[in-house]
Amino acid sequence: MAIFMTILQRLTYAALLLIAVLVLNFTMMNLAPGDVADTIAASMGGADAELMDKIRAEYGLDQPFIVQLGAYIGRVLSFDLGYSYFYNAPVTELIFERLPATLLLVIAAQVLALVIGVLLGVFSARHPNGVANYFVTLFALFGYAAPVFWTGILLLIGFSLKIPLFPVAGMSDVTIEGGFFVKALDIAHHMVLPVITLGSIFLALYSRLSRASMLEVLGSDYVRTAKAKGLSPREVTLKHALKNALPPVVTLAGLQFSAVISGAVLVETVFSWPGLGQLALTSILARDTPTILGILFFSALVVIIGNLLTDLVMRMIDPRVRGRA
Amino acid sequence: MTKQFKSLLAATALGSMIAFGAQAEEPVRGGTLIHAMGQTPRHLNPAVQSGIATGAPGTQLFAAPLRYDTDWTPQPYLAESWEWGNDGLTMTLKLVKGATFHDGAPITSEDVAFSVKTVQENHPFKSMFDVVTSVDTPDAHTAVLNLSQPHPALLLAMSSQLLPIIPKHVYGDGQDVASHPQNSENVVGSGPFKLVEFNRDQNIVLERFDDFFIEGRPYLDRIVYRIIKDASSRAIGLENGELHMSTFENTVRNIERMKENADLVVTDQGYAAVGPLNWLAFNVGSEGPTSDKRVRQAIAYAIDKKFILNAIMQGISLEAKTGIHPGSPLYDGNVNGYDIDLDKANALLDEAGFPRDVNGTRFALTIDYGNPTTKPQAEFTKASLSKVGIDVTVNSFVDFPTWAQKISNHNFDMTWDTVFNWGDPVIGVHRTYSSDNIKPGVIWSNTQQYSNPKIDELMAQGAKEIDPDKRKAIYSEFQQILAEDLPVYWTNTLPYHTIYSTKVGNPPMGIWASGSPYDLVYLKE
Repeated sequence: MAIFMTILQRLTYAALLLIAVLVLNFTMMNLAPGDVADTIAASMGGADAELMDKIRAEYGLDQPFIVQLGAYIGRVLSFDLGYSYFYNAPVTELIFERLPATLLLVIAAQVLALVIGVLLGVFSARHPNGVANYFVTLFALFGYAAPVFWTGILLLIGFSLKIPLFPVAGMSDVTIEGGFFVKALDIAHHMVLPVITLGSIFLALYSRLSRASMLEVLGSDYVRTAKAKGLSPREVTLKHALKNALPPVVTLAGLQFSAVISGAVLVETVFSWPGLGQLALTSILARDTPTILGILFFSALVVIIGNLLTDLVMRMIDPRVRGRA
Repeated sequence: MTKQFKSLLAATALGSMIAFGAQAEEPVRGGTLIHAMGQTPRHLNPAVQSGIATGAPGTQLFAAPLRYDTDWTPQPYLAESWEWGNDGLTMTLKLVKGATFHDGAPITSEDVAFSVKTVQENHPFKSMFDVVTSVDTPDAHTAVLNLSQPHPALLLAMSSQLLPIIPKHVYGDGQDVASHPQNSENVVGSGPFKLVEFNRDQNIVLERFDDFFIEGRPYLDRIVYRIIKDASSRAIGLENGELHMSTFENTVRNIERMKENADLVVTDQGYAAVGPLNWLAFNVGSEGPTSDKRVRQAIAYAIDKKFILNAIMQGISLEAKTGIHPGSPLYDGNVNGYDIDLDKANALLDEAGFPRDVNGTRFALTIDYGNPTTKPQAEFTKASLSKVGIDVTVNSFVDFPTWAQKISNHNFDMTWDTVFNWGDPVIGVHRTYSSDNIKPGVIWSNTQQYSNPKIDELMAQGAKEIDPDKRKAIYSEFQQILAEDLPVYWTNTLPYHTIYSTKVGNPPMGIWASGSPYDLVYLKE
């Protein structure tokens, strides 16, 4: 029962948060100079006054701010995210076209970062004075400090140009013919470099944290007891220590979920990954307000769901959390 | 320097070898051309959306009445002949017989009339067809455009992406053509290729139209435009062979690197009609010092154009001296180019009544730039003008709409800008200097607020002068006066380059670059 109360409470917060996200962002977008009529003119290499007035009138941009805001919120409450001025298409269509690509990238990068990060962390915690430990620390720091753009381009030069293993851009090769399996394999092939690029930042974070957390747990009394009972080092590490070292890592992973999404904007640009990040960038530059708000709406939704899932996972792996619903 | 020269020689040698090879070789049928694109088009119908993003796939999907070769001579395309009549007040087009749209319907003069009307009503370049009063359709293959005055720019305006012939039975269904759903999907075109799919931010896939009106063409089976926004990623794709061709490349660093690659050909040919110019615009209509012609001339004298050409542009762009692109037949380079002369600059500023104060400063100005790539020019301007006592503050670039809002409402002193000629002065040049076109809120109008009745008169004459020699003389005078008044200081052309694999035969070298029909392009082997 407690769990349903938690979920209900979270959902109420989420709904309020979403409305706040929309109002705040609509206001912010309105403060930015220039509008979509300017960018449509730019995409045309020039325009005349008549055409620009026509665009502004058509999209209600000549109305007072408060009228525009009211109309927009009203539409959203009736589940209509509006129409993109710039792309000439409904915003929901634009977003659903790209949401899968971003989710695929973000989830794969998050899983990769978590699994490898924790493994590396555990490994270096078990050998805190070995050479490998320093290597892991260095690797982690490097991954964390290197700018995504740079890592991406470097990987491209390495594994797309010098050793041509992976394609340079995009999510799939349209010239490939074949069934579902062939297409899936093709997408996986395109995914490798972007996922590594995005994962590398978070991998560093998780390996640092899990190392620290493991070191702390490995020094605690119950680990000494377990060792005294005569359990093998492997069993002590995986069954006793890791289980207690994980919660901080999972919490961080949940919190970082929003950071992964914003990291995706950069990765998508470098690798021409057709996801929400690229759409976000284009629509901000184009002042395409409905599309930007739609993306923010969905990103907020994804983050909220991500946090909710983190909570549920925490309850599964840490019995202490279950007590305080 | 020597190394550069050597690579230039190598490139030239390679270029001529290929030109020779192309002559000897018979084009082959088949293959998929992978073409890079730097931006996603809003949609694919050039009748209601200008710009290079829509233009490239748009010219493959839709045929225009005319096409242009490499030296500005019109060639028959959908129109097999065209003729001026009634002292330049009518233009009679005879359409190719048997031409059909992608849905099988015949292309008739009704469609030409409808296309002209659509472009007239929706295209941002109003000057292309605003003198067309009506289009007569005496029979299915004859269209007669009636004009209110002679209009020599008409021929160019009927080429490439500027007048795509769109089917009346599809786009004339009563919906607004500007937001017609079939601009992005199920496009029914008249060109050599038809649309298979358009995935925004991913790719545009075109397929050979088997019933294209020119027998045996196009040679390619498919064209895949891959949308890759990052210039470095496009460069890597060209180098590793994933991409066959990329047009409108202007990242100096990448272009230099590609030139060393034996599998790639790098050329700046094909951008004469697009005519991109970089210039420093002055707010002529402001209260400030830039309203004084002598101040503007002094600023031009203080900026070393050679440094911009050789250091910033690395020698890969051409010098611009006037508002007309040096590749245009109407260009007259015999004007004052304002080679650096600090003494002259100082003298002009003294004469204009701006003496140096105790700190050596005469006055302060701000400078903006409309494109992150022109940041070095803005910084160089600041450094150059400090030498003649002008204190310049560089306003950093936020994004395009922010800049456009500011400039188009005339809140600036100076700005670097990039503007296209679009082939004929009437289309892309007049707008910058015409006193009728001072329109707050409209970017790339006469945002300088420059006004000179003599220039207005010359433009009015040039717009309707049919005789090419007389027309050239008019625009020569126009360029002379502008170089003296200097509402903007032109420095260089944008170094647009086409980079293509040596496997590509007949790359688009006409005046419209990738906005030319690709029916002749083929892949070797």
